[in-house]
Amino acid sequence: MTLLTVQDLAVARGGLRTVEGVTFDLEAGQALILRGPNGVGKTTLLRTVAGLQAPVAGRIAMPEDCLAYAAHADGLKPALTAAENLTFWAQVFGGGGTDAALAAMDLTALAHRPAAALSAGQKRRLGLARLLVTGRPLWVLDEPTVSLDAASVARFAEVLGAHLGQGGAALIATHIDLGLPQARVLDLTPFRARPGSAPATRASGFNEAFA
Amino acid sequence: MSIWEYANPTKFMRTTEGLLPWLVGSAVLCSVGGVFWGFLTPEDFRQGSTVKIVFLHVPAAMMAINIWVMMLVASLIWIIRRHHVSALAAKAAAPIGAIMTLIALATGAIWGQPMWGTWWEWDPRLTSFLILFLFYVGYIALWAAVEDPDSAADLTGVLCLVGSVFALLSRYAVLFWNQGLHQGASLSVQSGERMSSVYRYPLYLAMLGFFLLFLALLLIRTRTEIRRRRLAALQAREMRA
Amino acid sequence: MIALLIRDLRLATRAGGGFGLGVAFFLILSALVPFGVGPDRATLAPVAPGILWVGALLACLLSLDRIFALDHEDGSLDLLATAPLPLEAAVAIKALAHWITTGLPLVVSAPLFGILLQLPVQAMPWLVASLALGTPALSMLGAFGAAITVGLRRGGLLLSLLVLPLYIPTLIFGAEITRRGAEGMATATPLMFLAGITLGVLALIPFAAAAALRVNLR
Repeated sequence: MTLLTVQDLAVARGGLRTVEGVTFDLEAGQALILRGPNGVGKTTLLRTVAGLQAPVAGRIAMPEDCLAYAAHADGLKPALTAAENLTFWAQVFGGGGTDAALAAMDLTALAHRPAAALSAGQKRRLGLARLLVTGRPLWVLDEPTVSLDAASVARFAEVLGAHLGQGGAALIATHIDLGLPQARVLDLTPFRARPGSAPATRASGFNEAFA
Repeated sequence: MSIWEYANPTKFMRTTEGLLPWLVGSAVLCSVGGVFWGFLTPEDFRQGSTVKIVFLHVPAAMMAINIWVMMLVASLIWIIRRHHVSALAAKAAAPIGAIMTLIALATGAIWGQPMWGTWWEWDPRLTSFLILFLFYVGYIALWAAVEDPDSAADLTGVLCLVGSVFALLSRYAVLFWNQGLHQGASLSVQSGERMSSVYRYPLYLAMLGFFLLFLALLLIRTRTEIRRRRLAALQAREMRA
Repeated sequence: MIALLIRDLRLATRAGGGFGLGVAFFLILSALVPFGVGPDRATLAPVAPGILWVGALLACLLSLDRIFALDHEDGSLDLLATAPLPLEAAVAIKALAHWITTGLPLVVSAPLFGILLQLPVQAMPWLVASLALGTPALSMLGAFGAAITVGLRRGGLLLSLLVLPLYIPTLIFGAEITRRGAEGMATATPLMFLAGITLGVLALIPFAAAAALRVNLR
């Protein structure tokens, strides 16, 4: 089953195109790793796929309610315990399995600590555990391994592998080799938008409209 | 040929360039002419020479409201059709509208002092203009606060829409509030209705003059905004390259 | 939706949530006004409805920037926007949570402050009724202002500049109800106006606020 189809996508940051003409698709069980130098537009591309901003051109298609997004910020409330944070997101997404998710990311012992008391790496693990409780098949991950130690990265790769094995898919921007045999790599550098290349549709923002 | 073609910045710049000198000339002619003709009118038998401030007060008040309406229309065009010039025109109009509101309030106070014996009265009309001024200030402040021009245009557009509804709502709420306080005893200015033609024609000329003045200022300011955007676009491109 | 409401209420009541600050501010304001205008019943009673309503307005304003700013900082807002919950519903729920933690305590405690300001006893039910009707609109309009200013670094001052003019109709009718109640006059007309404004705001503003949030998220 195809979980995500991206066709001829162009995205913009700050009113200027960053990448254009990006085309790929993701089947169930596949992972796609986005590479490219800083500022090429990996985060912008992921936010566009997640629906947080509109594409400038091109098409993004996916089944309804299938995407879970995780960015640099984990969306944790310091005043709530780890379990409470996770339960909230499980309820919002209509998913479940909070305990299993905590166990999968090795957080069971910390379940009743307030999130404020967790270390940066532990918070990150809690943020990634959120993906498990959403029950969504397509994970869109922006630098998921930031502030994780080697053991935690391995554990996350294991969780990700299990997710792919169960018919999930993942679109990941990362510089670390997660050691996933299913993963393809897409380098965004050749898709970098060239100024002066004729805008196919209307201008994406003020900076293009007046150039 | 459609009117939307003028939403193209290049086309807009080319058209307004030729139009502007004529517009500025006629605006100066009409507004100065109207106000001076106003000064030559005979003195009112009750208000004396103070009545002559009407030739500034009424056109400014009229433009204060109309400019907000123009901003509302421009914001709607931006939100619906995404024409960048429209958003910039709304931005350019706001300070002119705020100044017109201030002129209306200030001339009203100067006129009110000898007539009503007070600089300020919480009369429904005066209060409505004060509220309108607050909306102008909020709108201008929001444009100034948001860095990304696209976000700023969208946010101010939404604010203009909501603000229009509430400005209108406030206008009628104020009417209710003041009658509740004073049982309708306050002084009101109904100059337009019982005015002889001696005053009416110079007033019409001054109103036309203020309208042309607004148009001229609007075009100048919009052209400045477009140039500023072009500069920003060039700089952004240079940074990227 | 209920999960979001419960989370927001829980956050407000935990340490650092600021629950009750609005009421404390209201208390201080009511205690300060007599120092400013004098202790006479004859001077205090006529201004009491206005002071109480302006106080409620300002107390409401204090906590507005918390509605979205914290969720924006920690990334929750991004995640909420990708959740199955429509953003309009999230806005409405967060405004409701703000009302329960700020508006409702004001409504309940207002008669107490009315006593401090020598508000006539027959006006108390009207004070409570007008606040109960009007404060939901204050919270919702505040959520709109918070949604517009959420991405800005120093949005707090701008927020009050944008929101306070929007509060004018609610303030006028709310204070008018209380004033008429104090003078024993009929209150039906301003009550209906206030209810109309509140209902209109509750129905339409979530869409405007959600639109502003979407702009600020991209």
